[in-house]
Amino acid sequence: MIGSSMERDDPLSPQEGSRRSLPMVQKRLRVRYRAERRFRLYGAAAVGISLLFLAFLFVSIVSKGFSAFWQAEILLDIYFDPEILTQGHLSEVNYPALIKRSLSKRFPDVRTRRDRRALYALVSSGAAFELQRLVERDLDLIGKTLPVWLPADDDVDMLLKGRVDRSLPEQERRLTDRQLAWVDALIQEGRLRMRFNSRFFTSGDSREPELAGILGAAAGSGLTLVVTLLLSFPIGIAAAVYLEEFAPKTRWVDLIEVNINNLAAVPSIVFGILGLAVFLNFFSLPRSAPLVGGLVLTLMTLPTIIIASRASLKAVPPSIREAALSMGASRMQTVAHHVLPLALPGMLTGAILGMARALGETAPLLMVGMVAFIVEIPKRFTDPATVLPVQIFLWADSPERAFVERTSAAILVLLAFLLVMNAAAVYLRRRFQRRW
Amino acid sequence: MGLVSLLLVAALAATVGAQSARDYIYIVGSSTVYPFATVVAERFGKATPFKTPKVESTGSGGGFKLFCAGVGVKPPDITNASRRIKDSEFEKCRANGVTEVVEVKIGYDGIVLANSKKAPAMKLTRKDIFLALAREVPDPKGGQKLIPNPYKTWRDVNSSLRDVKIEVLGPPPTSGTRDAFVELAMERGAESFEWLKALQHKDKKAFKRIAHQLREDGAYIEAGENDNLIVQKLLANPDALGVFGFSYLDQNTDKIKGASVDGVEPTFESIASGSYPLSRPLFFYVKKAHVGLIPGIPEYIREFTSERAWGPEGYLADKGLISMPDKERKRYRDQARGLKPMTSP
Repeated sequence: MIGSSMERDDPLSPQEGSRRSLPMVQKRLRVRYRAERRFRLYGAAAVGISLLFLAFLFVSIVSKGFSAFWQAEILLDIYFDPEILTQGHLSEVNYPALIKRSLSKRFPDVRTRRDRRALYALVSSGAAFELQRLVERDLDLIGKTLPVWLPADDDVDMLLKGRVDRSLPEQERRLTDRQLAWVDALIQEGRLRMRFNSRFFTSGDSREPELAGILGAAAGSGLTLVVTLLLSFPIGIAAAVYLEEFAPKTRWVDLIEVNINNLAAVPSIVFGILGLAVFLNFFSLPRSAPLVGGLVLTLMTLPTIIIASRASLKAVPPSIREAALSMGASRMQTVAHHVLPLALPGMLTGAILGMARALGETAPLLMVGMVAFIVEIPKRFTDPATVLPVQIFLWADSPERAFVERTSAAILVLLAFLLVMNAAAVYLRRRFQRRW
Repeated sequence: MGLVSLLLVAALAATVGAQSARDYIYIVGSSTVYPFATVVAERFGKATPFKTPKVESTGSGGGFKLFCAGVGVKPPDITNASRRIKDSEFEKCRANGVTEVVEVKIGYDGIVLANSKKAPAMKLTRKDIFLALAREVPDPKGGQKLIPNPYKTWRDVNSSLRDVKIEVLGPPPTSGTRDAFVELAMERGAESFEWLKALQHKDKKAFKRIAHQLREDGAYIEAGENDNLIVQKLLANPDALGVFGFSYLDQNTDKIKGASVDGVEPTFESIASGSYPLSRPLFFYVKKAHVGLIPGIPEYIREFTSERAWGPEGYLADKGLISMPDKERKRYRDQARGLKPMTSP
């Protein structure tokens, strides 16, 4: 281009013109290459920054939360005193007394009431219930002396995890100097150990950090997602199949399509308010139940599933349909025997991604009362329950220091679930997707 | 497939129909009482054959709204509150058939103003707090005139204080802690001006408008309901003060310290004795009509009012509840265990 324009205005020969314009072209080329390199650099920097944030998030959560998978335990020689255990009804027995006696026996020089309280505080308040469970399971224990590993209090746990600064003045620590001395003595004797925190995976919520677990919340999440999946998957696919394969192209159908696309972008809290008005106030369904949570999340994930399902139906080439029809199949048969099986992997992927989003959702569930302190593990769809993200929210607000690590650990568990679901979606796509 | 989901909905509806009776206690209410009620609920569930109560944190006002909705399986049995029930709420309860309500006072909570350990301790008066945080303050030149708050640093407010910017992180208006803070600190601070005190007697509403409105120019920062977050922000900014419940100070004594108010440090003893000025009573309210309908309510009250729970050395004290003096505790225990309904708010 440059050469030809020069030819016209310039009396010089073409060769000479190109010789003179060559440095200019090269200069411009250099500028263009530089711009290109810069552009690539911006892109790489953007990716780098987002990776940095991700790394920061992971490092912070893992470093905070990893220690929650361990828990301090104290070994105590418990004498299952028949005198204490046979007083009154089995459920009214003074189990804490067993622990207190054992501790007093180990540290006989602790006399004053104040010091004793400080000593007893080293063992978790849940330890007595643990003994109760032991005795109720095996009544033969009564009268025997048995070494039992019992959960330590969260303050001791934090100390062993190095989260209590011993160099601070006494009144600024949660543990007094005497308590530190007792803990050190127990460590010396090998009566204090760190163990894998299986309670974290097998128990419900608790106000004592050392007893709190995520099974209740995980079960709540599971029940809620079952409701969501059972409702949203069939309804979503039915709606998508109708809209894509059978619906006439009228203005009404267009309107419905636009609305479905809009619904997918509605903030989730709106569905929560809708659920509160419709399911709780109008239909009088129970508050805090996975059933209602699942219904609300169904409303939220339906548009996502419909859109994904329609996209995968669209991806099935028309030649398949035409071939089936030309062989004399009805439209119903065409869809059920040929189009749907081919579109199903894509639909499943969409559904799994929708479920993953539902699993991480908090806001709409707050509106239907799924934010509550619930110790028992939900078993039915109408039992009161919370879900994993709400559990994280509740723990993050608890004053006890040890809940900081539990919060991060719960986030790790939630992330693990999400990772598994996303991996399943990727696997399904790889395994069953067909290219035409 | 539509048919399948229809069947499913029908099945779910059937299970709901079957759930006509509730076998666990349902508790709602204040987020300040929540940490205490949950501990009692958990122990009650473990130690008795009854199920663990469900505790929902809805705020005091939200709690009364649900509680007063009526009698039956659906509305809650107990609501927690960080203030006394209001006339209007009591009336609403009556109108909806909730005629017999048992009031149980459980103890006290202190509201503290705390800052990072890295900074020197603050010695405040309620007048200082009012002058530092009210949106409009009396003209320092004198006269009965209000001007927009001109104070930038604590030294501007009171020459004995440090020369640092006024920066207070506190709860938003939806919080019960904020209500109590405004009432206990701001109103009393405003009363230190004679003409404002006179105004309070003449025109209560106008007085409240002056005392309840906090600055919006950045000196008071609404930090959300999460008190842990405020504690973390204080660590990052040693010049800032935070407003929250005493239990958060109690759990974080290695990082933050409370400012003294009117010369009194916030401690267990000073709050229990009432000498620390920013303390408030905590309550829960029981629907008497539900006793017998829902199992375990008298036993729950028994656990809550037992000495091992709310006594000065009980497990609630370990969680930061400040127990009542012996006499008061006995009076409320007898009243609660006897299920004596209140006659007026």
